[in-house]
Amino acid sequence: MISLKNIVKTYGKKQVLKNLSVDFPDGKTTVILGPSGSGKSTLLRSLDLLVRPESGTLSFSDLQLDYSKPVSKKLSFDVRKKTSMVFQNWNLFPNLTVIKNITTAPETVLGKSKKETEERAHKLLAQVGLSEYADRYPSQLSGGQQQRISICRALAMDPEYILLDEPTSALDPELETQVLLILEELSKMGQAMIIVTHNMEFARSVADKIVFVEDGDILFDGSPDEFFNHPTTRIKDFLSGISFNEEK
Amino acid sequence: MWHTIITSLPAMISAMLQYTIPLAIISFIFGLILAVLTALIKFIQPSENKLIKYPWLVLRAIANFYVWLFRSTPLLVQLFIIFFGLPSAGVQLSPFIAAVIGFSLNTGAYASETIRSALLSVPQDQWDAAFTLNFTTKQTLMKIVLPQAVRIALPPLSNSFIGLVKDTSLASSITILEMFQVSQQITAKNFQPLLMYSLAAFLYAVVCSLLTLLQHYLERRTSKYVKGSEA
Repeated sequence: MISLKNIVKTYGKKQVLKNLSVDFPDGKTTVILGPSGSGKSTLLRSLDLLVRPESGTLSFSDLQLDYSKPVSKKLSFDVRKKTSMVFQNWNLFPNLTVIKNITTAPETVLGKSKKETEERAHKLLAQVGLSEYADRYPSQLSGGQQQRISICRALAMDPEYILLDEPTSALDPELETQVLLILEELSKMGQAMIIVTHNMEFARSVADKIVFVEDGDILFDGSPDEFFNHPTTRIKDFLSGISFNEEK
Repeated sequence: MWHTIITSLPAMISAMLQYTIPLAIISFIFGLILAVLTALIKFIQPSENKLIKYPWLVLRAIANFYVWLFRSTPLLVQLFIIFFGLPSAGVQLSPFIAAVIGFSLNTGAYASETIRSALLSVPQDQWDAAFTLNFTTKQTLMKIVLPQAVRIALPPLSNSFIGLVKDTSLASSITILEMFQVSQQITAKNFQPLLMYSLAAFLYAVVCSLLTLLQHYLERRTSKYVKGSEA
């Protein structure tokens, strides 16, 4: 389990995370929802130390990190080893072929053999239906294909948690579906994921847990059933505000 | 006219091969090494560790001073100080060494800014992606950022190299018998300045045209991952 406690993060004068505490369970899919600018991405990035909150603690079953203290290289390495991020704009390395995008990190960082990482990469590519693209460059692929490859890149590091920051926001609906199907499958296989998304249908179908963030604070932390079927007034407003439902 | 050209060409080409081209290549290699080091010192944010941070800030101050100094003074003046000036301070250098030092330092100062801007042009997203995969700063630089920066830096670095080839003509002023100096000497004998200096200009243009072709080749090689480059 990942536990965040009393997280405070400010940009300039604006407090984007206000003493926020939340848990992310092992082997489950947690979906973070909330309006734009609510602090969802900042929260997610804190888990991977891409953002450094001023105070608060991050703990795994066997690791503790205090954001207010200097973080050693070893601790930062160990924390990042547990998580891998999938970005909204996928951020593949354009200078590397698809297969190198997947193998370079396990080879360089984890010291695995070329043979081992390539075998794994081919398996992952087959899993996402992109086997024949191994030797292409990212720029020769569609956005949806690139995002599927960035999921392979994250999986190749064998993280305990995959963090996904609006993984389909930059994709058109058809490409989005390809990516969501893969995430759904991963979720069923018990891969722990923490997903920031605006896609409610997807959230409803994959989430084991919903966290609703607004204004740097957590307004809801519970089951999808409760969130979607017995929403509070604020959540009801949020849900109706983002859908085209006639009945709102 | 053709007779003059044919009799002068061997001496000029030999001066080009003996001085102009070696001066340009050696100085560019040293200049490039200096430029990469200077750019990295200015580009990389030191860690908070005081044992690293303060020495790094001192290095950065030196790098800033160096770039300022060599971009703020004329190359010819720099060559004069190194070759004619330094002996009074007890440093006696051969003309060739003095020229290499002057050209390298000058090229390094300009090229360091080219490389720094190329490094800055690689998006922060690439660093984030590398850090989430647990790459160190050094690994990120070597495997991800520098290969992308090289592609961006190639056209302006080619400018520097081509500029340097032509600037080697200034070495004539510190007694080096490079190509332009030889053309001057021949002119002093045959009194045909228009022909001789045009011939020198033509030979510089030939070398620079070859470099332009080399630039195109390198650009194609380093751009193969960019959309539409295979066309």
